[in-house]
Amino acid sequence: MTFEEVFFYFLAAGAIVSALLVITRKNPINSVIFLVLNFFFLAALYLTLKAQFIAIIQILVYAGAIMVLFMFVIMLLNLGDEKQLTDRVTWKQIVAIGLSLAFVMQVLYIVGFGETAEMETMSAKAVDIGTVEYIGKELFSQYVLPIEAISVLIVAAVVGAIVLAKRKFE
Amino acid sequence: MIPLNFYLALSALLFTIGVVGVLTRRNAIIVFMSIELMLNSVNLTLVAFSAFLGDATGQMLVFFVITIAAAEAAIGLAIIIALFRNKQTVNIDEINLLKW
Repeated sequence: MTFEEVFFYFLAAGAIVSALLVITRKNPINSVIFLVLNFFFLAALYLTLKAQFIAIIQILVYAGAIMVLFMFVIMLLNLGDEKQLTDRVTWKQIVAIGLSLAFVMQVLYIVGFGETAEMETMSAKAVDIGTVEYIGKELFSQYVLPIEAISVLIVAAVVGAIVLAKRKFE
Repeated sequence: MIPLNFYLALSALLFTIGVVGVLTRRNAIIVFMSIELMLNSVNLTLVAFSAFLGDATGQMLVFFVITIAAAEAAIGLAIIIALFRNKQTVNIDEINLLKW
């Protein structure tokens, strides 16, 4: 086993275990912490795919900004481990887990026997397209319209969030 | 070199964990976090394809997905705060105003 494989298996196992811990913890604060850990593992996986820009953005935006927002809301609402939120296993949950297992088996079957099974090596261009320079050039030439559209969407989201969280409409 | 399949399989597993979280948990905030997990697993697929096909489009899409996720988290958490103010709970079984 090469060092690269060891590294990949370590990161993959870390990502899966932290994701499982996110959905099983009783206290939402613990879930947030494990979700941040999961984001760091994913950022490292992006680095193994030579996507430096996406890896940094992942840590800055997701682990930095979005998770702080989650943490802030949980602490604001003062949610402890509430009894009725984490109750016993119901038949609905068993059905949900069964269906999810069937789903993942199907996807793994497609992944294992589909066309992607032949792709063994990374493209030589992968090193170039992950850099900030390349992505910046693409974003402000070919993707200029989506960038502008998304900035409008962000403004709408900010206004919407303030309106929703405001105490009263006057 | 790690084949593309390994990344796709990992991403499928992470996505399914997110789906299980959405379907089984009753706390609205943890449901939200599971949605973030699902978004992230799709991002991993996009970056993997981008690297293996040598095409930057996948990484552009990831950039936009992250932006949308930030907007969605802001709006979603604002909705949760508004709901909590009205019903004093984040249990999604008790928030059934639109259920007939």
